[in-house]
Amino acid sequence: MGEKPLTIGVLALQGAFIEHINVLKSLGADVYEIRQKSDLKARHYDGLVLPGGESTTQSNLLKKVGLFDEIQRLIEEGMPVLATCAGAILLSENVVGGERHLATLPVTIKRNAYGRQLGSFITSGSFGTIENVPMNFIRAPYFESVNDPEVKILSKIDDKIVAVQYKNQLAMSFHPEVSEDKRIHKYFLGI
Amino acid sequence: MSESTTERYELNKQLAQMLKGGVIMDVTNAAQARIAEQAGACAVMALERIPADIRAVGGVARMSDPRLIKEIQDAVSIPVMAKCRIGHFAEADILEALEIDYIDESEVLSPADNIYHIEKKNYKVPFVCGAKDLGEALRRIAEGASMIRTKGEPGTGDVVQAVSHMRLINSQIREVVSKREDELYEAAKHLAVPYELVKYVHENGKLPVVNFAAGGVATPADAALMMKLGAEGVFVGSGIFKSGDPVKRATAIVQAVANFNDSKLLAELSEDLGEAMVGINESEIQLLMSKRGA
Repeated sequence: MGEKPLTIGVLALQGAFIEHINVLKSLGADVYEIRQKSDLKARHYDGLVLPGGESTTQSNLLKKVGLFDEIQRLIEEGMPVLATCAGAILLSENVVGGERHLATLPVTIKRNAYGRQLGSFITSGSFGTIENVPMNFIRAPYFESVNDPEVKILSKIDDKIVAVQYKNQLAMSFHPEVSEDKRIHKYFLGI
Repeated sequence: MSESTTERYELNKQLAQMLKGGVIMDVTNAAQARIAEQAGACAVMALERIPADIRAVGGVARMSDPRLIKEIQDAVSIPVMAKCRIGHFAEADILEALEIDYIDESEVLSPADNIYHIEKKNYKVPFVCGAKDLGEALRRIAEGASMIRTKGEPGTGDVVQAVSHMRLINSQIREVVSKREDELYEAAKHLAVPYELVKYVHENGKLPVVNFAAGGVATPADAALMMKLGAEGVFVGSGIFKSGDPVKRATAIVQAVANFNDSKLLAELSEDLGEAMVGINESEIQLLMSKRGA
């Protein structure tokens, strides 16, 4: 306590960004929506969140509003980033069944890997050393492979990789922001 | 491992959360679906005819041909929704068998039942339903809907009804919030909905599910207006593929929803979009679809 709160920018073009904002605020962070270039330039950020939603929609909008290159550069320069579901697709350097987007994370991800909405499910598992994390998979992807020895696998469900960390980039195919458990966000604020 | 119906309902509400801030577009074939996805739609609604044509053609409007739905599912990677008639649970069964991502129990089609809606709790796939006031919205949620949209007046290109419905729902929510706890039973009686749902609205100041705008949205400004009025996303039906330049208009509406508070951007987006759908005023229409189901 007494430390200056971290300033986090949450990409707010489409998807479940309010959920991330609420969790991060409850953990004491200063949180801002990022909808356009001026939001990114307005202040210094200690971290970014790429929320769940539709990756094609989000990528499209990132380009249209001119945020794409800037966010890619910030991540490459080491800005901590938390990416969930569609956000993880945006980061991945290879996307099975779709286009690649920011491509800063050396992994191969498979979109809609569990099928349509009927394939969505809730389970729990460990995330690194954090145990019993509730995991909601909603038309979720999973990581088919990690393509760099420095990529740490944090979670596996039924042999499928569902959470990874590569230096400053934390990506998962499930949605910690829709559960009550805040430990993953807390972990992110500690990166 | 068998999952509880509560878990399934949570997942279904959460899929709607993922659609927030997005635009769901009506499409009538695979080519249109691809255009919608390219333009940034967060989901598509597979239909044989868009509402404007349903109005023009008349007759009974039913669930779409499953083959058309499958072609659209194969064409895009975003969620695919489809409509069934109000109360027509056999059509809903068929849509579930097709593994549709969302069923819209919709007043746009001819109602199959004048009294009862589908018991949506019996399904694994999620349902979205239309509402023009808080009572309707909460009744649909009580039946198992995991997403709500305003009814608006589909196929008209006239946003006035969507505006009225969104304003009414939100002002009724504010009313419930302002009540004393011991007044909530009476509110539930008046709204003709279960007490627990009224209590949820009282405590949270919002519906327990995501609420989109629908029915008559035709321009980026219409979409922005609905977002400013509290919609969490927008359905665009006839507005896109009945207009002069569908690609440009669809792209502009998607951007307008993402940045609905940036008037300068809205001005740019509204420029040179080609012809908007012609539109008909409420007083000129024979059939008020929003009166279907209550």
